[in-house]
Formats: sequence, structure tokens, C-alpha cells
Amino acid sequence: MIPENLKYMESHEWARQEDDIVTIGISDYAQSEIQDIVYVELPEVGTELTQKTEFGVIESVKAAFDLYAPISGEVVAVNESLLDAPEQVNESPYDDGWMLKIRMTDSAELDALFNADSYQAHIEAEHA
Amino acid sequence: MKRTPLYQVHKTLNAKFTEFGGWEMPLQYSSIVKEHLAVRTTVGLFDLSHMGEIDVCGQGANELVQKLSTNNVGRLTDGRVLYTLLCNETGGIVDDILIYRYTDNHYMLVVNAANIEKDLAWVQTNNDTGAEVRDESEDKTLIALQGPKSIEILKPLVPEQDVSEIGYFRFSLGEVAGIPTIISRTGYTGEVGFELYVSAKNAEGLWNSLYPAVIAADGEPIGLGARDTLRLEAGLRLYGMDMDDNTNPFEAGLGRFVKSKNRQFIGKNALLTQKKKGITRQMIGFQMLDRAVARPGYAVYQEDEHIGNVTSGAPSPTLKYSIGFASIKSSRHTPLCRTTNDKIDIEIRGKLHPAKIVKVPFISTGT
Repeated sequence: MIPENLKYMESHEWARQEDDIVTIGISDYAQSEIQDIVYVELPEVGTELTQKTEFGVIESVKAAFDLYAPISGEVVAVNESLLDAPEQVNESPYDDGWMLKIRMTDSAELDALFNADSYQAHIEAEHA
Repeated sequence: MKRTPLYQVHKTLNAKFTEFGGWEMPLQYSSIVKEHLAVRTTVGLFDLSHMGEIDVCGQGANELVQKLSTNNVGRLTDGRVLYTLLCNETGGIVDDILIYRYTDNHYMLVVNAANIEKDLAWVQTNNDTGAEVRDESEDKTLIALQGPKSIEILKPLVPEQDVSEIGYFRFSLGEVAGIPTIISRTGYTGEVGFELYVSAKNAEGLWNSLYPAVIAADGEPIGLGARDTLRLEAGLRLYGMDMDDNTNPFEAGLGRFVKSKNRQFIGKNALLTQKKKGITRQMIGFQMLDRAVARPGYAVYQEDEHIGNVTSGAPSPTLKYSIGFASIKSSRHTPLCRTTNDKIDIEIRGKLHPAKIVKVPFISTGT
């Protein structure tokens, strides 16, 4: 499941733009590969993120996975419900499983990300 | 990488694979949590063909296994299994193994996959008793059936004997679905279960005889991912993680498997000396007090002092919090007493997370 209206990172994070606020999370493909998510570590509101740098960690039963920011900017909201219910990332990666809202500093950064079609091709290439 | 005789079966089941001890093994089929909980509540089927089997036979067999084993092989009667350690001259653990006694001149050593060559060389080097030592690892396939429903699944496939009569850590020679099998009431999960040894040519036949019954009982095929969380919850150590050639049995918390009274074995003198002197590090079980996950290698602190490192750690699917083993400085060597319920901290990505020392096993087991 790859929603048309989102942008995607090589490392499988998604970004949804509404004006200058960008909501981010991980893709359905990413959650299905990671599985059994038991812990999500996210930055606090006010943290400044830089595109393509680490902003948090997801832990599954087997391993820890770094999360990379799809966009630069300030964190304006954190999905606190993931602290107690990290399984929402598995169950609803594009909705209840959202992670951060970021006030972006440069919308051109979004243009450089995959769209749904190129992300699909990226997943297929990773699998080949 | 080596592949087991069941590799194609795992492929067909869409397993994800991982490298383990030089083998390409199934990591998981559905999900680690789902597989783990299946073993705790119903049943799971494991391909453990990577494990090694070394037969020791003939005149001198008894003498050789006694000499190699820290636990007293003399306690075994025919048809019994013993968990024991092979130690080197300085008391370091060469491997942790099972010894099966068929008769007093025929034993089978079941060894860890990554240690097959090392153990074989160790057994051969120390063979001055004239025993015949054979590596059976290539021909023997090990399939485990573990979980509360394992007895009812195995029973109809073994008409000529009652498998529920085989006691824990005992084995019987028989036929499962017509296939000659060593039926062993052992396991690495903390549940009731069997480990079934068959010739490699019968591996697929045995798997296929068990698989439909396992699925019908709401069971799952189980990969190494769940095998690791199952053994951890049951408080069972893993060689290469919780111990190695430089760890002695006392440091690994396995001192109860060293039986030195009225018997000789390799490493005995070193171990007696170490026991007398007191160990400098000890193994503890811990649980995290927040949702963070402690992984192997993470640093353990008590009152800001770095006291050791995590050796095994994972989220427990049964308990819903993370658990693990850590090797820490022994309490003999610090003014701080380290006992159950003591608070410790574990450093995870640069931050200290609260944990406490707990009793092992982490869950009550049903073997």
C-alpha cells in the first residue's frame, strides 16, 4: 500500500505536506519488514531536524532501526500515543502510526524525495 | 553458507533467512511474536539441523566423555540425556552440550552449530582412551516439536509406544510416521516438547508428517528469532553470547553443572581454584523498567559505576517488557551488594534507562 499523495525516502519514511507543516512516519512496506514493533524513540517538540539525518529509533523484537528525517525543520508535534502503543505503527502506518509534525524550512527538499511511483520502483529494486 | 536438508521447505513457506554459525537458517516465517506465542500456547515446529552430533563409541567411550564433561556422565543410565559443559584446561567453556547415553559404550554429543569443528577437534585431541569418534552432523537432522500440544501431536504418529511416558531429559528409539527417529524429551524453549533426530534423507518426510498436525493445532513453524526469545525467557544461556572460551561455568551462572566430587575431568583443577578464589564477574538476569530494549553489548551501570555489559537481551513477547542477561563485576569485588530487585541502569544510545536485577528463569516453565 503506497498512498499517492505522499513523498517517500529511500530509507522508507513518508512525508505528508499541509501548508508548511509536514507529518512524517514510516511506510507500510517498512512496518511489514520490521514487524512486531515494541518501542519507538522520538525527539521532543522544539528539536531541529536536518533532512536525511537520524531523528529516532524503532525497536522490533529482533533489532533496532534508525529513522531518518525526510525534511528539515522544527518538531512542532510528537505522536505521544506511540510511547504506550507502538504497535500502531504496524497497524496503521499512515494514520494512527504517524510520528512527528515538522515545520519545514525548505519545501524544495520535498521535491527531491520519491513520489509513489518511484518509491514503488525503489522497493522492487531493493527486492530484486 | 551451509543449508539444511529442509531449506526448500522453508523457501516454500516464505521464510526470511539469516546467517547463524555459518548456516543459512530461517529467521522467521510469520512474525517472531506470533511464532513465540504459538510455542507458549499451542505448538511450534523447528528445523535445528544446523546443530552438530558427535558419536563416541566403543571401548573407552565412557572414559572419554567423563573426561570431557564437567557434569557427571556417570549419573546417566541408558536412555538418559545430560546437559553439560566442555571446559578447557583453564576452565573456559569450549561448548555447552547435551550428552545422550545409548549404552555405556555409545554416547551422542549434541553441540552448537558454530562449534562443530572446534568440538570435534577437542574430542579427538583428548581421545587417549581408544574410543571411536564420529561426526554425524552431516547425516543427522534435528527437528524440534515444542509447546503444550506437542505430546498430542506426536502421539498418533508413534503407534508402537506412548511418547507421553518418555520423561524429561530421556529419549527413546522408535519410529515417527514410520521414520526411524531418536525421540528425545528435551528442548530449548521452557515448554513441554521433543527433539527428533532423523537421517537427513528423512528430514522432509518427518517435517511433512508433523507440519499439517501443527497447523491444525494452531501452531506455527518457528524460526531462529523466536527460538532466541523463547530460550531467553526460559533463562537458558546461548553459547557465543552469554559464554565463550574465556568464560568459566561459575561466571556464566552454570556452576551447578560442575560436579567435581570423586571424578576427574579437563579443567577441574582450574575450576576448583577459581571457585575457591571467587569469581570476578557474574551473570545476572534483568528486566527493563521502561519500554526501552537492552541489546547485547550495552553497558550496565549501578550508582554511576560501569559494572558490566548485556550479553543477551530482547523484548519478551510473554512479559511485554524487555529482559536479558548481563555479565557484571561480581559482588565480592564491590561494596555494593547485587541481588534480586537491585536497581541498575542500562545505557541505550547514550541515555541511561532504569532496570532491575531479577530471578532467572524470567517465566515459569512447563517442561
